[in-house]
Amino acid sequence: MYVAVKGGEAAINNAHRLLADRRRGDRSLPSVTIEQIVAQLGLAVDRVMAEASLYDRSLAALAIRQSRGDLIEAIFLLRAYRTTLPRFGTSVPVDTANMKIERRVSATYKDLPGGQLLGPTFDYTHRLLDPSLLTDEAVEGPARKDTTGEHAVRVSDILAHEGLIEPDGEFAEDHQAGDLTREPMEFPMSRDLRLQALARGDEGFLLALGYSTQRGYGRNHPFVGEIRIGEVEVELEVAELGFAVSLGRIRITECQMVNQFKGSSKAPPQFTRGYGLVFGQSERKAMSMSLVDRALRAEELGEDIIAPAQDEEFVISHSDNVQATGFVEHLKLPHYVDFQAELALVRKMRSDIEAARKGDRGEMQEAAE
Amino acid sequence: MDLAKQIEPNADTARRRAAGLLARATKDELHAAWERLPSRPEVTPVRGPETGLVMVRGRIGGGGAPFNLGEATVTRATVLLGSGTAGHAHALGTAKENVRLAAIFDALWQEPGTRDYVEAALLAPIEARIAVEDRQKAEETAATRVDFFTMVRGDD
Repeated sequence: MYVAVKGGEAAINNAHRLLADRRRGDRSLPSVTIEQIVAQLGLAVDRVMAEASLYDRSLAALAIRQSRGDLIEAIFLLRAYRTTLPRFGTSVPVDTANMKIERRVSATYKDLPGGQLLGPTFDYTHRLLDPSLLTDEAVEGPARKDTTGEHAVRVSDILAHEGLIEPDGEFAEDHQAGDLTREPMEFPMSRDLRLQALARGDEGFLLALGYSTQRGYGRNHPFVGEIRIGEVEVELEVAELGFAVSLGRIRITECQMVNQFKGSSKAPPQFTRGYGLVFGQSERKAMSMSLVDRALRAEELGEDIIAPAQDEEFVISHSDNVQATGFVEHLKLPHYVDFQAELALVRKMRSDIEAARKGDRGEMQEAAE
Repeated sequence: MDLAKQIEPNADTARRRAAGLLARATKDELHAAWERLPSRPEVTPVRGPETGLVMVRGRIGGGGAPFNLGEATVTRATVLLGSGTAGHAHALGTAKENVRLAAIFDALWQEPGTRDYVEAALLAPIEARIAVEDRQKAEETAATRVDFFTMVRGDD
């Protein structure tokens, strides 16, 4: 027999009303605007766009405001919104070689065409709290310097000249890029699908897995060949026009990890690569992604699969924080009937054991007499 | 290929440029050009403006096989002018009114009588603005370029 229980409607309504009140907070303070969130909490906006897998700064900022700054909740809101929209098409692949670069560093070459461009980085800051930000002190504008006009060549292209590094990942000509949002996941999966999953994966999860490879759980000797952040054009083939037009630009972060590789039964000694590409400015995520991408190529490269970061099914099945939070958080929803059943079961097991024990004692007493 | 493209081989390139600039137009730029238009055309909406998604692709390793990076919001519109010319516009984001106006200007740009106006009042200023913004950003980035120097150590 299944008994449906209803109730809690008024409590839920009032809880949501209370949530709205707490979200707004102290009414004597001005309300934070979407424009302010976009402009001043830009990296939170970037993280929400990346993990929601939807590039739209204003909507991401709205989600952050609505979620009171709970970024996973904001990601959830944006994911839910995207399901309401039709898909117009698929872009021409973005060209990161022609990025409008805002930051570009390499840990493998000191002097390289285009140079080391630090951009707006937290690196080399002292991580001391800045009391001037307690008030609204004026901030001086950025310094400017003439550009050299030198093209920032991709580091992977420099290494490719010597033939010491594997090429960019290719598939057979007839391979169609898979889409996780359209087809159910199946393992083993191809690298394109893995990269889609990693690009939307939880930053903390990927960071921890990337860290685990550095600590010896699937070590792959990484160097940051290059990190570049900047804007690229998004182009779409428009059927009515018969050619691709630019829809505008998006900011992305790319990481080319270069990994030492002694060679195996399948490949000669050379540098191999891990790749990271993420919406927005998010180099921690792009670096973690490229470490994990490389670790997940263990089978392809004939390496032993001995660590969690190399286990494709484990990594990809648990990288999505919307799925993860859904399953973890559902535990707090009413499980009254399930629990009653378990309670009855445990009581029954207890009483059976006690009855058996009493029986044993009785027998022992009899034997002693 | 249709006749127009045979006569004018660069037609696609020119329209691509116009469409790309219209996608970058701000609300103020579009409204200003619309307000100052000498005679407003009759406009019939054909499709949209409507917002949807485009799956943005990257390439493995930067230049390898394509993969799906994630989606972006895109708004598109198609309009028909009284003269029979159709205009299309697509732009990232959800600004429907902007894209509707951009579609009208795409149509006006195709008509010989209004192309010069669209170029002068809208496309040229957008192009100039983007050039200034890009240059400023590039110079700000250039100021953060590392100049390595070698410390000479020892006596000689």
